Amino acid sequence: MSELRAILVEQVDRLIGDAGGIALLRQVEAGEWPEKLWAGLEEQGLNLALVPEEAGGVGLSWGDAVAIWQVLGRHGAPAPVAETMLAAALLASAGIEVPEGPLGLACGNAAVPYGRHVSRIVLLEGSTVALHEAGEATPDGNIGREPRDAMTPGPRIARALLPNQFGPRAGLLGRALIRSSVIAGALERVLALTVDWANTRKQFGRAIGKFQAVQQQLAAMAGEVAAVGVAVGQAARAADAHGLSGAAFEIGCAKVIAGEAATLGAATAHQVFAAIGITEEHELHHFTRRLWSWREEGGTERFWAAEIGRAALSRGGANLWPDLTARDPQASDDRSAAGAQV
Amino acid sequence: MRFDLPDTPPESEALRAELRAFLADAGCEWSPATRARSWMGFDRGFSRAVGERGWIGMTWTKAYGGHERSSLERITVLEEMLAVGAPVGAHWIGDRQSGPLILRLGTEEQRLRILPGIARGELAFCIGLSEPDAGSDLAALRTKAERTPDGWVLNGRKIWTTFAHKSDYMIALVRTSPAPEGGSRHAGLSQFLVDLTLPGITIRPIRDLAGEESFNEVTFDDVGLRPDDLLGQEGAGWAQATSELGFERSGPDRYLSSFPALTAGIDALNAAPQPGAEITIGRMVARLATLRGMSLSVGGMLERGESPQVEAALVKDAGNLFEQALPEHLRNLLDPGDASPELRGMLGVLAQLAPTFSLRGGTREILRGIIARDLGLR
Repeated sequence: MSELRAILVEQVDRLIGDAGGIALLRQVEAGEWPEKLWAGLEEQGLNLALVPEEAGGVGLSWGDAVAIWQVLGRHGAPAPVAETMLAAALLASAGIEVPEGPLGLACGNAAVPYGRHVSRIVLLEGSTVALHEAGEATPDGNIGREPRDAMTPGPRIARALLPNQFGPRAGLLGRALIRSSVIAGALERVLALTVDWANTRKQFGRAIGKFQAVQQQLAAMAGEVAAVGVAVGQAARAADAHGLSGAAFEIGCAKVIAGEAATLGAATAHQVFAAIGITEEHELHHFTRRLWSWREEGGTERFWAAEIGRAALSRGGANLWPDLTARDPQASDDRSAAGAQV
Repeated sequence: MRFDLPDTPPESEALRAELRAFLADAGCEWSPATRARSWMGFDRGFSRAVGERGWIGMTWTKAYGGHERSSLERITVLEEMLAVGAPVGAHWIGDRQSGPLILRLGTEEQRLRILPGIARGELAFCIGLSEPDAGSDLAALRTKAERTPDGWVLNGRKIWTTFAHKSDYMIALVRTSPAPEGGSRHAGLSQFLVDLTLPGITIRPIRDLAGEESFNEVTFDDVGLRPDDLLGQEGAGWAQATSELGFERSGPDRYLSSFPALTAGIDALNAAPQPGAEITIGRMVARLATLRGMSLSVGGMLERGESPQVEAALVKDAGNLFEQALPEHLRNLLDPGDASPELRGMLGVLAQLAPTFSLRGGTREILRGIIARDLGLR
């Protein structure tokens, strides 16, 4: 991890941690806007993190963004930070000035995260990005009880074409990358909570984590948590090398693995926590309900697997392995990236 | 636990092209059953041809017959071999763990005597760990070497030793002094380089469920060993044997064992399309791409001289789940009548071979115990 990335990750971790932890998740689920947290994040310039420096942003890479989103996920992602980062990056890339405040990302029929709280709506249609006044929100939510609102956008402020590296599916790809990353982070948290509980809760005179049956389940879960971390890392690396549109394979893989891992991770955690983990007062469900919700957003496992599978079938068995290795990041990619910056 | 993604060495692209040309040629003769056996296929002629191309002992110095390439280039070779199901068994163990162990711990004489032969694809190795009463509980082993005026005398029995009957050498872990009273059973163990042609060694192949002979019982009856057959330090055998596990457990042989069936399965599905097959295929491809990233990540750590034993255990467990599930997924997609003869041949072999994937090199339960310990549960 680069030094800058490590510093950013630590800052975001502290900001969200200080903003209230589980109490904050409960507030957000009750419909409150996390005013203090958002102010802190904006003060750090996080909303402009993916906007290039020459456009007044921080100029982070997708790799940096994914690392930040993982930290966000570890805290249950209690604000539309990731969506705003992505929306701002898309606006800036199309030459539209990025407004202040949280941005609502609207693409296709998908509900808009935190729609009722956003200051502007960023509407994606194919390769076109448009900035609108917020307009009217019909409040709704996912089973994570996060705001997911139907929106009637207000008047259009600006509209432009996205550059090629984003492609006509930038909204879908960006959302899939965001959801995979926050799932990766939330699963790290759930694993840590569950290991801690297994070491604390005693039955038959010893901690339940001393039983091999419990150890084996948690080890399998740790394998899935590691797999999602690697999958989102590969997706971010591909996006940095080839743009979002060129990273569809890796992003799709990440979303498939994240969805499968979320399923196993949530089930394992609840099995180990048993009845206490089902209660309203326990913190576990704030994460597991989000995991179940996030599997559905940015394309399900089924959706992305079908896309990957169709491509593999159409290319034929003999091309499967060569196609996979042809996507390896080559040293020449790094050189051209470095050259482009000069 | 940490998985950093390594960069691909720029030489890999040209190397892959060379490998693919070589394997396309060599692979004409391989039956579906041979390709499904993957690294359980033993073909000395093929191993010699691989050695001639400089693809065994790639990372070793030229003085020992090596080629001074990077370990990531070596992984490129392993991947390409496994992707087509090449019968690499005759050199696999020597290249993967026996050779590196000798390079790291052997005397100069041992290195010069053994390593060039491995690199030429001529010397085959087997691993002498399990015993009748010491499987997952390896430290319970009882085979012992006692000092004599001329060196050592070896007595005892190893079992489940893959390819012992076809190998030239075994690296055996044996007891050289009793475990200290109340102390660690890991103390007093040593490794020996055992020439399998020595008098007093009886190798009895054990027929397996597929009707084949690949593993063996090896009995040592007053086998005389020279002082310089000791490998590494007397009494340090446990640490020596377990230090190699990062190499043994994280490579592409832990997730690609059944890969040739996936390519055959895709072709069979194109010939006899099944509704919804793309979803199952896509899930497998996504898993494959991710496992490859995890395995390469451990490869990168090993290249930097780190010792990622927990990460390696995790890669092996996750990889074994994938390579065992792969043939079952294909079965669920295609009725036997729709599977090509090639795929049917592979699935038959894999059904009989797959149970070993999560046994060899450390059982699933042992690996998960290692992961659980790292999580702080034991």
